[in-house]
Amino acid sequence: MTISFLLLAAITIIGTAAAMTLKNLVHCVLALTLGLVGLAALYLQLGAQFVGFTQILVYVGAVAILAAFAVMMTRSANQTLTQTASSFRASGALIAVLVFAVLAWAIYSGTSKQPILSAQPEGTVGQVGVALMHHFVLPLEVIGLLLTAALIGAGILAMDEHRGNR
Amino acid sequence: MSPLSAYLLLSSFLFSIGLAGALTRRNAILVLIGIELMLNAANLNFIAFWRYGPHPEALTGVMFAIFSISVAAAEAAVGLSIILAVYRHSKTTNLDQLNSMKG
Repeated sequence: MTISFLLLAAITIIGTAAAMTLKNLVHCVLALTLGLVGLAALYLQLGAQFVGFTQILVYVGAVAILAAFAVMMTRSANQTLTQTASSFRASGALIAVLVFAVLAWAIYSGTSKQPILSAQPEGTVGQVGVALMHHFVLPLEVIGLLLTAALIGAGILAMDEHRGNR
Repeated sequence: MSPLSAYLLLSSFLFSIGLAGALTRRNAILVLIGIELMLNAANLNFIAFWRYGPHPEALTGVMFAIFSISVAAAEAAVGLSIILAVYRHSKTTNLDQLNSMKG
């Protein structure tokens, strides 16, 4: 429980909580970006360099921008219609609080009180690359195939079907 | 509190925020963002268990997190393009108004 962990956790929690509660959708996406940057810094603090940089590249660089574009392209005129019943909101929040309570209880009773004394492991980019090329070659190829299929599928889905009368 | 439990608590809080957003928000994009937050909470768990686990030199948690990030990116791309296609069809992304599979 160092100062840097508390600071990064506060940034992450504030960003993600704002992303889920703000009214304006563009503000939501910007707050989400802040939360994801905090999460990437937490990965870096844990010693996982490659995952931290991947998080910044993929989430901050791609997913947040994609979400911002989607928000701008689906801007509907009647934004005031999106008022939900307060009972619906309350039940959703109650379910989330209950889930958090159960998880926190499980963590509190399941993990040992003694701090685990282990040296900071080395998860440098070079080691990750060697592991990807030797031990994890097949999953790497499968994930490449999956990303190609997702790219083509997303392009076809987002393409206008009636391009003739555009 | 050990560092591992602190990270696990933070990750369960992130998961709960994502779950609350996915359950209460009525915009399809924000529901998708909530699901992304839940996936990110799982990634934080992978990295925390890798860092404080018994065999960090095997890099298993890091690999699992990398593949999980890739799958989440593919899911976000396909999901957002589905939302765009639905919006082009019915001119709304409000989930309360998207109540018919046909027409």
